[in-house]
Amino acid sequence: MMLQLSGLNAHYGHVHALCGVDLAVQGGEIVTLIGANGAGKSTLMMSIFGVPRASSGRILFEGEDITQLPTHQISHRGIALVPEGRRIYPRMTVLENLQMGTAKADPTNFQTDLDRMEALFPILADRRDQRAGTLSGGEQQMLAIARALMSRPKLLMLDEPSLGLAPLYIKKIFQIIRELKRDFGMTVLLVEQNANHALKVADRAYVLQHGRIVLSGTGAELLASPEVRAAYLDGGGGH
Amino acid sequence: MQAAATTHAMTLPQRLKDAFSVAFIALLLGIPMIGLTTTDEGGTALKVLTRWPALALFVAICFVGRLALQVVREALARRRARRPAKAPAQAGSSRLLTVIGWAGVGAALLVPVAFSDNRYAVDLATTVLIYVMLGWGLNVVVGLAGLLDLGYVAFYAVGAYTYALLSTQLGWSFWQALPVAGGVAAFFGVILGYPTLRLRGDYLAIVTLGFGEIIRLILVNWTSFSGGPNGISEIPRPGLFGYNFTPPGSEHSIADLLQIDYSPMQRLFFLYYLILALALLTNLFVRGMRKLPTGRAWEAVREDEIACKALGINTTHIKLAAFAIGAMLGGFAGVFFAARQGFISPESFTFSESAIILAIVVLGGMGSQMGVVLASLVLVLLPELGRDFAQYRMLLFGAAMVLIMVWRPGGILAHRAPTLVYTGPKGDQA
Ligand SMILES: Nc1ncnc2c1ncn2[C@@H]1O[C@H](COP(=O)(O)OP(=O)(O)OP(=O)(O)O)[C@@H](O)[C@H]1O
Ligand SMILES: [Mg+2]
Repeated sequence: MMLQLSGLNAHYGHVHALCGVDLAVQGGEIVTLIGANGAGKSTLMMSIFGVPRASSGRILFEGEDITQLPTHQISHRGIALVPEGRRIYPRMTVLENLQMGTAKADPTNFQTDLDRMEALFPILADRRDQRAGTLSGGEQQMLAIARALMSRPKLLMLDEPSLGLAPLYIKKIFQIIRELKRDFGMTVLLVEQNANHALKVADRAYVLQHGRIVLSGTGAELLASPEVRAAYLDGGGGH
Repeated sequence: MQAAATTHAMTLPQRLKDAFSVAFIALLLGIPMIGLTTTDEGGTALKVLTRWPALALFVAICFVGRLALQVVREALARRRARRPAKAPAQAGSSRLLTVIGWAGVGAALLVPVAFSDNRYAVDLATTVLIYVMLGWGLNVVVGLAGLLDLGYVAFYAVGAYTYALLSTQLGWSFWQALPVAGGVAAFFGVILGYPTLRLRGDYLAIVTLGFGEIIRLILVNWTSFSGGPNGISEIPRPGLFGYNFTPPGSEHSIADLLQIDYSPMQRLFFLYYLILALALLTNLFVRGMRKLPTGRAWEAVREDEIACKALGINTTHIKLAAFAIGAMLGGFAGVFFAARQGFISPESFTFSESAIILAIVVLGGMGSQMGVVLASLVLVLLPELGRDFAQYRMLLFGAAMVLIMVWRPGGILAHRAPTLVYTGPKGDQA
């Protein structure tokens, strides 16, 4: 088991955002987490990074308890997070953004990793010296993903990568997630509103509701589940 | 009011309406400021007089001035629209900046030669360089790391007092005290930084403002330690390798050593070149830092702290490093200040000093090294040139600041040089 959360609780002051969450991600699989606005999806991802700290429960990464580890060391264990809303560095160039992804990586790998990212996202090679804030939304999302990958993570966590993108870009993003798994054996934990796409790429999936996991199964199972269809597909964000 | 800046020409009614609204604001402001005045009637009474003609003139000037401004702005906008947007201007402008930078260094080296018998000019140039150095130091904290510090003068004071006390009480020389004072200032930087790690923007500004005042109040009130409001005098001047710039015949006089004629200007030149060297070292140091992981992370923390955390950057260390290094540079400038003046008191370290240094960083263009130099020149020289205008001096100063910010909202030089340039798949990464 690569990542295992057991009985995870998290609070923002009096708000009980996560209530005893159990979730597991195996090496090499894509796991999707879906849920309504405010269900606690972003909180779950951030609390793996210790912001907010889990108030109880345990987070194991490759068998090591990382629940109380300082935030910056958690990423050094091999977890990369693309936070909600991209959060690239707007006034720095594309190249500098990518370099920031390598905070603790071996600098001699930089050129190899850069070439790899530019092969994966050719648009970034064209925009190398452009200020990242002037990229289009979709380009910024690709930059955010590439930046996270520059640290050579074992586990990539994506928080709503398709947020605010046109259908063409959404397709591209999910295509890339598939390629990452197929070509690099990347393990991915994916949070999405776009339940239809997200469940299709997922090996397994969880549904989060008011801070609780209410349903889990393979991607195909949840896609077929009437409850999921009613709540997240037919009425909501499915395309 | 931004509407006037668009490329579309305004119609006459629009122009008049715009000018009327400006004139109306001028009228509202002008009634208390120009329309009414007080005279001393003798005794304790003040009599309020009215100056309606002056007010009318003022409002009329605003009205006509606004109309003129519209025309100028439209002409400028039309010219800008005609000029095609140049994409590769970036590379060109950074090369231009390098040339200007070297020219500036050359000019700075020649100042004492050009003004060899003008004590006032050399003194003024020294003051400019002190502010350049302070600006470069604060630039690390505010410009690069994005931590709004309104109490920067505290570190300047810590540096100055450390040298003053070490030299007058313990007999340390300038060169012995310089690194120690820098270290003490850096320590104070960490003391300020640690409790404020979670704060940003306005909240951080308030705390740093308080910190600056606390340091000043301690210096004013702890008389036995700092001399209180009387300050510390007879601070030794810096020497060179144990020799001093003193008249021939006195101990360790450089004039005796080199067998040259003594002139009091020699010491001024020495001080000038000393601060020039310190400032250039500061510049090289900050430039170098920007290319190291810590320095690069300063800008990243300024841009997005959450992203930094997600990427495994230790934001605590990065921010403390910015506070410590900024404080250290301020401390060095303080040591130089104390050594140059020979006398310091808390009066030199008031909030207005912090405000001027911050203004230099902001007007120069946050994070821009060259911008700091230009802004220091403007902010130090302008009040001097304005001395002839006596009472209008500060008004001129304020107007210049407003104009710069209107003209260039990003500062005089908003250009940001990337710290990393692509050198091709085979070449080494810079
Ligand atoms: N910093 C915070 N302080 C207080 N409450 C918070 C904070 N962040 C999130 N919350 C609350 O925690 C709950 C879960 O928020 P979270 O951001 O995890 O939702 P989400 O599932 O990611 O929603 P969305 O799909 O809209 O992104 C919400 O009720 C939210 O109001
Ligand atoms: Mg969210």
